[in-house]
Amino acid sequence: MTIDEKDSPASAIGKPVLRKEGPRKLTGQAKYVDDLDFKGLYGTTVRSTIPRGKIKAIHFDEGIPWQEFTIVTAKDIPGKNYVALILHDQPYLADGVVNHPEEPILLIAHSDKYLLERARQAVKIEYEKLPPVFDMQESLKAETVIWGKNNIFKSYLLEKGDIESVWSKADFIFEDEYSTGAQEQLYIENNGMMAIANPNEGVTVWGSMQCPYYIHKALVPLFGLSEDKVRIIQTETGGGFGGKEEYPSILAGHAALLAWKSGKAVKIIYDRAEDMVATTKRHPSRTRHKTAVSKDGRILGMDIQFLIDGGAYATLSSVVLSRGTIHAVGPYHVENVRIDAKAVATNCPPHGAFRGFGAPQSIFALERHLDQIAKKLNIAPEELRKRNFIKEGEKTSTGQTIHEGVSMDALLDRALAQTHYYEKRQQFAKNNDHRKIKKGIGFASFMHGSGFTGSGEKHLASKVGLRATAQGRVEILAASTEIGQGTNTILSQIAAETLNVSPDFIEISQPDTKHVPNSGPTVASRTTMVVGKLVQSAAIGLRQTLQQEGYLKNKYSEEELRQACASYIAAQGELQILVEYQAPPGIHWNDETYQGDAYGTYAWAVYVAEVSVDTTTWETKLDHFLALQEVGRVIHPLLAAGQIEGGVAQGIGFTLYEKVKWKEGRMSNGSMTNYIMPTSSDLPEIEVIFEEVPYKYGPFGAKGIGELPMDGPAPAILNAVAMATGREIKSIPMLPEDLMRASL
Amino acid sequence: MKIDLKLNGKNVHVEAPPMKRLLDVLREELGVTGTKEGCGEGECGACSVMMDQILVNSCLVPIAQCAGADILTIEGLGTSEDLHPLQQAFLECGGAQCGICTPGMLMASLELLRKNPAPNDQQIREGLAGNLCRCTGYMKIIDSVKKAAEVLK
Repeated sequence: MTIDEKDSPASAIGKPVLRKEGPRKLTGQAKYVDDLDFKGLYGTTVRSTIPRGKIKAIHFDEGIPWQEFTIVTAKDIPGKNYVALILHDQPYLADGVVNHPEEPILLIAHSDKYLLERARQAVKIEYEKLPPVFDMQESLKAETVIWGKNNIFKSYLLEKGDIESVWSKADFIFEDEYSTGAQEQLYIENNGMMAIANPNEGVTVWGSMQCPYYIHKALVPLFGLSEDKVRIIQTETGGGFGGKEEYPSILAGHAALLAWKSGKAVKIIYDRAEDMVATTKRHPSRTRHKTAVSKDGRILGMDIQFLIDGGAYATLSSVVLSRGTIHAVGPYHVENVRIDAKAVATNCPPHGAFRGFGAPQSIFALERHLDQIAKKLNIAPEELRKRNFIKEGEKTSTGQTIHEGVSMDALLDRALAQTHYYEKRQQFAKNNDHRKIKKGIGFASFMHGSGFTGSGEKHLASKVGLRATAQGRVEILAASTEIGQGTNTILSQIAAETLNVSPDFIEISQPDTKHVPNSGPTVASRTTMVVGKLVQSAAIGLRQTLQQEGYLKNKYSEEELRQACASYIAAQGELQILVEYQAPPGIHWNDETYQGDAYGTYAWAVYVAEVSVDTTTWETKLDHFLALQEVGRVIHPLLAAGQIEGGVAQGIGFTLYEKVKWKEGRMSNGSMTNYIMPTSSDLPEIEVIFEEVPYKYGPFGAKGIGELPMDGPAPAILNAVAMATGREIKSIPMLPEDLMRASL
Repeated sequence: MKIDLKLNGKNVHVEAPPMKRLLDVLREELGVTGTKEGCGEGECGACSVMMDQILVNSCLVPIAQCAGADILTIEGLGTSEDLHPLQQAFLECGGAQCGICTPGMLMASLELLRKNPAPNDQQIREGLAGNLCRCTGYMKIIDSVKKAAEVLK
């Protein structure tokens, strides 16, 4: 099937059509889970206060009418007590042992939410403490084994060429170590779920989520029900950023367990403190680089050790590790590579998905490392990049041959010209000596793979439906969630363009596992590119069905399509097209060797940061930020820019503001008062430029963009700080006190 | 305690414990759920409403303080069919993404424009610094406020 794009006079692609659900969000009418009409019980979670130990006894203090409460422990679970995701190591409720602070132990529910909170505090757990492990290096030594045989959730050894052969040929060998901290997703809507559940009707859950079918997959074994007895419905979702990828499976299960036992509807809404201390964060990382370089600045080999802290259970760590590993060499061509990557266990709450998914960690290390190498070689940082950028026909570290039609050289030149980089570098260097506020400009070059890694999309086998309604409109059926990024609008544009109607003609079905097929999780920068392509295919199928069966002419108006849909349904009852993902031709991946086409395509970028560092307070302020990227065809310029700006803001937070303080495996600054995210007055103007090289297998040429902007800010900013101050900071977040310490 | 107040131009009567938060009274007793809770400690501004023409965090206001007060929430600003110029500007300029900070952000923008009908970028950044948005990086919010200021001029 092909589509002649020239035949689309109504073209919705590339236009800033109005956000589909915009008016209801702007008038307060959008219903988030805590806004739903609700009569039932409030639920809450009694959690571990220690990092690791055995549960000896549970005491219920006097003074609480416990007989009025519904209480659920591991013993009450009707099915299997594990959160089905990748491995089955994480229990819904601790059964005898706890492995991290804030681990759920029991659930209680009551109709009075104020009494409920008093009751929660009146449950006392008696423990026999076991020795915890909090440090990645210590975990790696496995002197205290806290998970499996050796504390290792997953390891990859990625090899290309012969790394051992390069050391003797190298003119220089550079070694260094970099680290990144945990980061809280900090969606402004906390996690929340509401459930009804009983043996006759099964389980229905409403809530804030990215992936309805992940929850569905987890609740089926939890209750031992058949798939058709579990129904998951997404309510309006106030941000996710990965934080509502896997965690909602736990919360949905908890609400449903309380509903199952009580026979009543149960709602659990976390407050900010609980959401911050108990739910997932970005994986902390440590990366070691050993790099062989020739004196003319060619990278001969890279030996990389990439280590991430997974927390107490496996959750998604293996997949986060995979993306971080594959992005560790960045957009460079290196003949000899070895990446030894490991995700290890510690006794803190599991780390999880967060925009970028491992890539911001390894790219931070790489792009800082390259700037340091350039400095030592006395080569300009841009020149070092140019001597090593990967070019058409060259192979990545997984052996993927690049055929993208994108020139990193050209992107870099444009970014540097746009920011007056050369002039500023000279000017700043000249002025900095005698100024208290020192200025710097720095950049990072990087790429980000679109969609699931390797054979992930093939295994997902996502499905999308398109349905004509009795009113003669067309409705998209997909489990892909609108979480602020614009799913509703973009999928409507794609369907509208394909059917040659206006986007208003298209309806979007609320993600509800009873009514929509599994279009896969809303993650991995895959919704526009992968799901959008399925929407396009389904729309072509719908149009051709109507045309082939004589309901629609080859050329038609919107009104004629409306009549055709209505007539078809009147005559035949239903018109629904279901399509399933098929890998584009020529994509090969070997799960065993970890070689092949890691991603169908990549987005490419150069980000430039301009900073002022006050050497009295050691505060770093961003003066300007440029985000230049090639992302294939831009479907919606306003939403796309919004994605980039928001991602850059989170990246700036990751770099300069957001520090999770750990105490015995527990976040000790779990409030917005002392975990600081950037406000409007902290951030600079973020300038966004898109280059568009259409991707053949994306809908109308689109690639993924959601995660990309998270990768670049940290190294660009710290490269600028290094220029301003001469301080080579290798660890983020870098708060003023960190920079001050490095400068004393 | 029994309290009479004005909500979005209408007189209403509620009975609630005196220390119950205005936020909860609005959402639970008065059935207006457009005002959101983000942090419960006055940091994020998602629960911003106007109280006697002053911007407040409704999570920090006990209902006892609201006797006779004139409260404006997002529900009183405009409807889907008849958007307020600020809402229209946020719609056109991409000022709302996930929408959870949006009602509070609109209230803060209203206050900002009331005090300064023609703010520059820096004044908007400072004026909205008490309202956190995790989605947008604030650029499109600033564009939205500027556009609304033009329209309201």
